[in-house]
Amino acid sequence: MTYQGRFRVWRGDDAGGALEDFTVEVNEGEVVLDIIHRLQATQAPDLAVRWNCKAGKCGSCSAEINGRPRLLCMTRMSIFEESETITVTPMRTFPIIRDLVTDVSFNYTKAREVPSFAPPADLAPGEYRMQQVDVERSQEFRKCIECFLCQNTCHVVRDHEENKEAFAGPRFLMRVAELEMHPLDTADRVDQAQDEHGLGYCNITKCCSEVCPEHIHITDNALIPMKERVADRKYDPIVWLGNKLFKRS
Amino acid sequence: MARAEIAARTLRTDRWWLPPLTTFAGLLLISIYAAFRTFQGDYYWVDQYHYLTPMYSPCLTEECVPAASHFGQWFPALPGFLTPPVIIIPFLLGFRITCYYYRKAYYRAAWASPPACAVAEPHNKYTGETRFPLIAQNLHRYFFYAASVLLLINIYDAVLAFGTGLGLGNIILLVNVGLLGAYTLSCHSCRHIAGGRLKHFSKHPVRYWAWTQISKLNNRHMQLAWASLIFVCLTDLYVALVASGTISDLRFID
Ligand code: SF4
Ligand code: SF4
Ligand code: FES
Ligand code: FES
Repeated sequence: MTYQGRFRVWRGDDAGGALEDFTVEVNEGEVVLDIIHRLQATQAPDLAVRWNCKAGKCGSCSAEINGRPRLLCMTRMSIFEESETITVTPMRTFPIIRDLVTDVSFNYTKAREVPSFAPPADLAPGEYRMQQVDVERSQEFRKCIECFLCQNTCHVVRDHEENKEAFAGPRFLMRVAELEMHPLDTADRVDQAQDEHGLGYCNITKCCSEVCPEHIHITDNALIPMKERVADRKYDPIVWLGNKLFKRS
Repeated sequence: MARAEIAARTLRTDRWWLPPLTTFAGLLLISIYAAFRTFQGDYYWVDQYHYLTPMYSPCLTEECVPAASHFGQWFPALPGFLTPPVIIIPFLLGFRITCYYYRKAYYRAAWASPPACAVAEPHNKYTGETRFPLIAQNLHRYFFYAASVLLLINIYDAVLAFGTGLGLGNIILLVNVGLLGAYTLSCHSCRHIAGGRLKHFSKHPVRYWAWTQISKLNNRHMQLAWASLIFVCLTDLYVALVASGTISDLRFID
């Protein structure tokens, strides 16, 4: 089943840009990335797109298709009507480089701000012993392919550029949760999550979980458990009253 | 460097506005019904079959029908338009309002923050739950404790009603506490307290088991939130209809 599909692709750079119309051949079994490649091969040789594995594993091809943040290589053409015009735009939250390619270095900055794994000082590498049940929870978070679709969709930074400074975003709050739940991590990450990484900005509206191509339960299994840990520490009225009365800090 | 220049608020082509609209309408209807029943101050107790609506339980003030006050009347009659449930409603409402699911629901549906994923919110500034008043959402677990006590009282009421035989009302009261129980158990704070806060599950097998079971329920927290909310209203409506003599209870055993 081959048909001529209608597409609108954003073209431009940081000086400006616009949606451009194309009509491209679509074949059975193809994904949106195939179409973008066909566009490059036939009509727009200079169209910029970032991709690598074409298997949903490298996290390079994140973009927005009909306004929904998705991986280009994992979005099948069969989910669309043949008559539909399909709009492909770059991720909105990050600075544009060109066409569908954005500069995702915000995420690397945020990654560096999370202090690394801190095993007990007296434990040499190679001596780590853990039970499966104890590491299971953090293993879910290790499925992350760093596509940054969650970071792109989270309204805290998507709609409020000024919050980028204070907010690590779901991907890296999940990293904090992963380490906090790690049986051998000794660092104290609870206060950090709230004070340094901006956990309080998250209003648990779950868009990160909705767009994650790895289907990680980011909100339910990482962000809410972290909020509960923060509540243990900071918002327990009994602890709070004790601190006030006895001037502890 | 600047973001890509795209003027549209969203390029989504699906009906993204439908879920927030439905949620808003649902919450509004239920709030209106609950407010009406709260301030009606009547038809909450069926004396013949000992049915007490969960909305009036426990009934703690002196204007309560004495038989409906299973735990005594701790407070004098309330002045003006105030009715007995105003004493317990703050806890029930507080529990639902600070619930992680309802937060998602009304932040999206009532505050459009965001209305749907990848649809820009209309607010210029956003601080989330970092400061007053929303920082108070962190008190959820204390409402969870209070709501658990109220749940136990509802269970007690439902069991007590079996003393007069068996009718449709008994089944309804029972299903109601079943749903309320499942909603309360599936709470994120409950999941955390039961075992989520532990670093080493292997050292606490019982709590790990509890956490595993609660996690399964927790997956359905949204569905349970709606089911229990709607069913509380239906239970109350049934009691009100029987209490006012509009319908008679369907009896199986007397
Ligand atoms: S749940 Fe929190 S982190 Fe995830 S998208 Fe919503 S606000 Fe952002
Ligand atoms: S958590 Fe999911 S959406 Fe976020 S970067 Fe990882 S794989 Fe992508
Ligand atoms: S190209 Fe690797 S995830 Fe799409
Ligand atoms: S999270 Fe919904 S009741 Fe606690």
